Amino acid sequence: MLNTYVVYVENKPGVLTRVASLFRRRAFNIDSLTVGRTEKPEVSRMTITVDADHDQARRIEANLYKLVNVLLVENITNAPAIVRDLAMIKVAATHEARSHVLELASVFRARVVDVAPDSLTIEITGAEDKIDGLLEVLRPYGVLEMVRTGIVAMRRGKSSSTASATSPDHDVTEEDVSHSV
Amino acid sequence: MKDKTSIPGKSMTGASILWECLEREGVQVVFGYPGGAILPAYDALKHSKIHHVLVRHEQGATHMADGFARASGKVGVAVATSGPGATNMVTGIATAMLDSSPIVCITGQVGSKLIGSDAFQETDITGVTLPITKHNYLVTHASEVARTIREAFYVARSGRPGPVLVDITKDAQQTTCEFDWEAAKPQLPGYRPDLSPEPKEYEQALELIHNSKRPVILAGHGIIISGAMQEVREFAERAGIPVALTLLGIGAFPAAHPLNLGMMGMHGEAWVNHTIQEADLLLAFGMRFDDRVTGNLKTYASNAKKIHIEIDPAEINKNVKVDVPLVGDLREVLHELLPKVESIDRSEWLDSIDKLKGDAAVRDIQNLPDSGHLYAAHVINDLWRETRDGDTVVVTDVGQHQMWEAQYYKHEKARSLITSGGLGTMGFALPAAIGAKVARPEAEVWVVAGDGGFQMTLCELATIVQENLKVNIAIINNGFLGMVRQWQEFFYERNYAATPLLNPDFAKLGEAYGIRSMTVTERSQVVPSVRAARQHDGPVLINFRVEQEDTVYPMVAAGASLHEMIRRPSKIVETADDE
Repeated sequence: MLNTYVVYVENKPGVLTRVASLFRRRAFNIDSLTVGRTEKPEVSRMTITVDADHDQARRIEANLYKLVNVLLVENITNAPAIVRDLAMIKVAATHEARSHVLELASVFRARVVDVAPDSLTIEITGAEDKIDGLLEVLRPYGVLEMVRTGIVAMRRGKSSSTASATSPDHDVTEEDVSHSV
Repeated sequence: MKDKTSIPGKSMTGASILWECLEREGVQVVFGYPGGAILPAYDALKHSKIHHVLVRHEQGATHMADGFARASGKVGVAVATSGPGATNMVTGIATAMLDSSPIVCITGQVGSKLIGSDAFQETDITGVTLPITKHNYLVTHASEVARTIREAFYVARSGRPGPVLVDITKDAQQTTCEFDWEAAKPQLPGYRPDLSPEPKEYEQALELIHNSKRPVILAGHGIIISGAMQEVREFAERAGIPVALTLLGIGAFPAAHPLNLGMMGMHGEAWVNHTIQEADLLLAFGMRFDDRVTGNLKTYASNAKKIHIEIDPAEINKNVKVDVPLVGDLREVLHELLPKVESIDRSEWLDSIDKLKGDAAVRDIQNLPDSGHLYAAHVINDLWRETRDGDTVVVTDVGQHQMWEAQYYKHEKARSLITSGGLGTMGFALPAAIGAKVARPEAEVWVVAGDGGFQMTLCELATIVQENLKVNIAIINNGFLGMVRQWQEFFYERNYAATPLLNPDFAKLGEAYGIRSMTVTERSQVVPSVRAARQHDGPVLINFRVEQEDTVYPMVAAGASLHEMIRRPSKIVETADDE
């Protein structure tokens, strides 16, 4: 099954290589990996999705912790979380097709970010399956180019992982969990 | 010196800070080889009390640091220049990584402005060694040297130990900055070497132990690293549990102890492997269920519950699924368990193991008639008889002689056998023995190496002479890459492709280095030659010309079940008789 990890690492040169190299070396197959800044300048945050069974998933976590620069690892696969992917899709949109494409984009709450005589570029943010859905309905018109960021994820509610980035024993309580808005 | 330099604000070069920090970490000796990018550090060595051992190849420096670490339990240090100097260290670093040996490797790097330009002798050594170090660093400023060295030593020796590489650019060595030891404390917010089990897990473990009728302790290298020899002994004695050893666990539990079964695994004795297969509980103490000890995982100890005491959480359930993991330092975990372990009479189980031994347990190759042939097992067994009473360290290479050493040299004490287990690095023995002798000058150090592996690092004979080290060298010379030949005999229809060796006269070679050397071809000469070597003040090399096509038995073929052993054919009576 697909596991989603949120990994906090020290913001130092080479840390991304260390994490990526670990997955390669242990033959764990990365599905997606994103990395970016956090509210703390000394901490970077990765969202990694990996296809792994239960035992593998636990070992991935243990192996990540073996990296000296890794601060905190959370497997949020089964936790209430907001998961977002961003895609830009360039669709062939001739004069006749244009209104259909615009209509589809609005149904998916996607935005048109570039208009050219023969194409439209649509930006969509959401869970992966929502983007997959838009992609599927756009395909008949001709997808010229597509790029996706890979997912970023965050637990729901007030619980904050970075607060406990130096104390691994943080547990989320029931009150921490909020609901989709 | 310390008083002067501990004054905050004192300005020093990165090179001087390096040696100052090594001294403060307790380093008295380093093993190294100079070159362009590390020259500033070598220049600054003149102000340091640290002794530098000049090696003949950087691989040797890493094995020496490794041997030093394994003999003493302290961190070993190797130094090399950039590029080829650094890449020559790779094999030694990987060796230390797989056997959890704490070493710190310091390499010079081209100037920070040149990094990435493919400059002369530039190699991305932190990139190269990333998967074979516990951690590594690239230092580009003198101001980073002190903290990095402190962190490197802390990471190398804490938790599950391992190699750490510190790559220091030439300009970081040359430029000056303020040195303040106190301010350079390690800052490793994500590093947690000190885990300990939950109370519930202890209870679960105790329940399994007390309910077990046929338990076995699997004693690994972690016992020695943790210093838990006494605790393991108390545990085994109190609970009446027999102990099987991994190759690297040899010495963790006394060979002569009635509960010691001997080495397990591919070349373990039949009764040891049968005991494991028949057990209802395995207590894995600081070992990692390597494929060489488990054989086929599907059939491995299939009726046994498993308790795994291990400091590295990533080892839990890696190869073998365990019922109760106790993640923590073995010694501390055993301290917690010991008062609660009940004394249980397991004589029935111990008697049944004795029956498994059959004739094999009472064999004694020394008592077999001299057939005129010289067998490696004889040499090693005689060496043991002669050196058993002293503080002896045997350092082996890799191959047949290594397995015979494990079978026929009875180790009573920890850190008395040093061998490359995980990586199986040929060429390890000679340099590692140099490191061991430097770490423990009072100990009697013997190299036991094959003719193949010996030739991989024999250049270090010069280091032995230059350092005036009393190291004795036993070459088990069968004119073959013996273990590979054995596999070819068993699994490749005796097609001895590329395994026969045309060797130099090792005794003449030794003499050329100024080392007293002799050649032994008959059994009757073994003991006299060992005695002569021990009596001689300087290093001695003995070339034992042994039976060419001898075989290590028993053997579990790679991938076979642990109880499916290739046993000794009855014709070969010289080595044993456990049919």
